[in-house]
Amino acid sequence: MNSYALIPEWVSISTLAMLALAILLAMFRLMKGPTLPDRIVALDLIAALCMCFAIAYAISSSEVRYLDIAAIVALVAFIGTVAYATYLKKKYL
Amino acid sequence: MISMILISAFMLGGGLFSLLAAVGVIRFPDVYTRMHAATKAPAFGILLLQTAAALYFASLYAIAISLMVVVFIFLTAPVASHSISRVAHLLNIPKWSGMVMDEMDDDLDIADPQKDAKT
Repeated sequence: MNSYALIPEWVSISTLAMLALAILLAMFRLMKGPTLPDRIVALDLIAALCMCFAIAYAISSSEVRYLDIAAIVALVAFIGTVAYATYLKKKYL
Repeated sequence: MISMILISAFMLGGGLFSLLAAVGVIRFPDVYTRMHAATKAPAFGILLLQTAAALYFASLYAIAISLMVVVFIFLTAPVASHSISRVAHLLNIPKWSGMVMDEMDDDLDIADPQKDAKT
């Protein structure tokens, strides 16, 4: 077995629950958002929250490799946000 | 024991900041304030959670990848939020009625370099 410090069960459970609730709220804004930039903001927030979720799940399941997910999502989400903004600018201006 | 308390506090803090960001995105009145909530608070939440992961795994791999992700997030989050808010301003997205000042309104010629080419 591993030699990691033992964190209480309720800490990881409540962290994951808070992150899931946050993703739900951001999803609500993504569906409701009155304008297109609102939806881009919501998508950016969802990507960041998915990174948080991957890190928290890596800690709660003691699996180092899950940290890679956060790195990959960080690389991709930034490109996606800037691409959306550039697309809007090219299309409507 | 000490590290357990530290890791738990960092994890709960990161989750709380992320939840606050989502509440801000739901509650704030216009795009610019929502963008402010959606890009700053998760960056800090990711910083806290990656610190917790680096403390928890305490290996070279985890520390290196945590440092990389934190540096990358703190470099790119301002760029992404800047491009979103700039394009929102160029598209004339309605502003909150309580907005006090808007300096970009005065310099729209500087803000839109393609304007001269079009007219």
